[in-house]
Amino acid sequence: MQPEGTITATLPPRGRAIVKRFRAGDQVAYLVTFIFASAIILITGLLFIELYRSSALARQQFGWHFLSARIWDPVALQFGALPFIYGTLVTSFLALILGVPLGIGASIFLAELAPPSISDGLAFLIELLAAVPSVIYGLLAIFTLVPLVRDYVAPFLESVLGFLPLFQGPSYGVSLLAAGAVLAIMILPFIISISREVLLAVPREQREASLALGATRWETAWRVVVPYARTGIIGSIFLALARALGETMAVTMVIGNDPKINASLFAPGYSIAAVIANEFSEATSDMYLSALIELGLVLFCITIIVNAGARLLILGITRKASAHS
Amino acid sequence: MMSHAVRRKATNFIMFTLTAICALLAISVLFFILGYLVWQGGRSLNWDFFTKLPTPVGETGGGFANAILGSAKLLGLASLIGIPIGFIGGVYLAEFGGSTWTFVVRYMTDLLNGVPSIVMGIFAYALIVIPMKHFSTFAGGAALGIMMIPIAVRTTEEFLRAVPNNLREGALALGATKWKAVVTVVIPASMRGIITGIMLGVARVAGETAPLLFTAFSNRFWSPGLNQPTASLPVMIYTYAISPYEDWHQQAWAGGLVLLALVLITNIAARIILHRQTHTAQG
Repeated sequence: MQPEGTITATLPPRGRAIVKRFRAGDQVAYLVTFIFASAIILITGLLFIELYRSSALARQQFGWHFLSARIWDPVALQFGALPFIYGTLVTSFLALILGVPLGIGASIFLAELAPPSISDGLAFLIELLAAVPSVIYGLLAIFTLVPLVRDYVAPFLESVLGFLPLFQGPSYGVSLLAAGAVLAIMILPFIISISREVLLAVPREQREASLALGATRWETAWRVVVPYARTGIIGSIFLALARALGETMAVTMVIGNDPKINASLFAPGYSIAAVIANEFSEATSDMYLSALIELGLVLFCITIIVNAGARLLILGITRKASAHS
Repeated sequence: MMSHAVRRKATNFIMFTLTAICALLAISVLFFILGYLVWQGGRSLNWDFFTKLPTPVGETGGGFANAILGSAKLLGLASLIGIPIGFIGGVYLAEFGGSTWTFVVRYMTDLLNGVPSIVMGIFAYALIVIPMKHFSTFAGGAALGIMMIPIAVRTTEEFLRAVPNNLREGALALGATKWKAVVTVVIPASMRGIITGIMLGVARVAGETAPLLFTAFSNRFWSPGLNQPTASLPVMIYTYAISPYEDWHQQAWAGGLVLLALVLITNIAARIILHRQTHTAQG
């Protein structure tokens, strides 16, 4: 291992210093990791730029009107995003209405009321549920949930709440209602596991003080722990909303894929992600493709905003918790 | 006075039951999915499924062999792209980062993590499919690889930060340079956690369908090399599930069972390893 020493010996002092610094390797290691970390920024930036650039044709043609137009007719090159935005929002909010009470109830049980030995096992199962791929939710939903909605849920809702326009009209099973229900099931594990973590981060003294004052377990959970963790729980709901907005496969398989705005939840609809999934590889003209990419840009912006909100809220609560401990 | 106390106790009991029912409902979804897939998929799962190509419409039999190989290739490619960038990026965040740039990188990673999978498909399409002018395994693998980056960054950073500082100080006190301390002490100490975390990341993208629809596309035959469209397990399940043919549905169930089994086994294994590590670290 002689050569290394002889090379440095022949270099002038300044060169020797540089070689020494690089031999030590800290600069090199810093540079390499820095480049890879910067690559992440580059990729994210590129993602936005590509979406923006590739949708230029549609953006110039339709302008902001793209968001408010109701006609989607690829043959006549008429592209309006409103039916898809409507479908995406309706199914996502339906998912929240169905999923949030269940999710928060379950997370309170797991974090506060259940004995720890049971709680850990159940939380593990919830994590597994979160890992189930969305195409599998879709597969099951087509063959179980859709017939269930068509034959039982829709007729029942119509007989009870039929005076509302939301619950009128024929039911084919594939519908906004079915899509909302699948989404509710899919976001459930996210709400539960994040809310549970947020609840567990609440300082112990809060519970002990409340219990010492004679409150029951439920009163402690509901009036002390939950209010303390409120922002974090809302954050978990936002995160779930972002998931629901961007969810593609399960929704595509049960929403019915019909670009119309119907008041009835029993009617088929269409979501932004679903129309991209269905029509992208068949888009024949540049304008068609560009309009689909603009839909992607819209979806990207919506989910980014919702996600950022969620992160801020969750960050707030964990910081508060760590400040206390 | 008495009735007030009784009512409070009753509320306590009722809410305990109600929230327990919420939790059980959520868990029962998992068992319903598992049970239904085993019941439906088990009937049509046979050796042909793993060894044969899909048959043309109307001909029964055949399997998903090309899709299974396609998925394996896509995941391999995705790992090659996603893991190095994610891992080294994570090392930067945990060990070498300053404050401002670290914040930006972490923020961008979160942003990338929140991008809907279908949008990732559009990105890979614009970046790779349009210049190459055709669908390919490479484009699909790139889309999945980019999705893997934020997961790898997060787990790497998290586990590196969990390494106690006195290990770093010990290495530095013995005269190691910083990178030597990181490479020979800190990373090995957290390797198990990082590997399991990345395993979970691979399992997550293994089930992704949306980014593959117009990048890897689909193929009813074998796809040699990386330059041609390829079938993949999730996309096959999707196309077979929405088809009008009964025996295709049966194949979709079998595919669903295989995919779910792979994902769940990976998840369970990873979590058992993680659990064991945290326990040995504490004890």
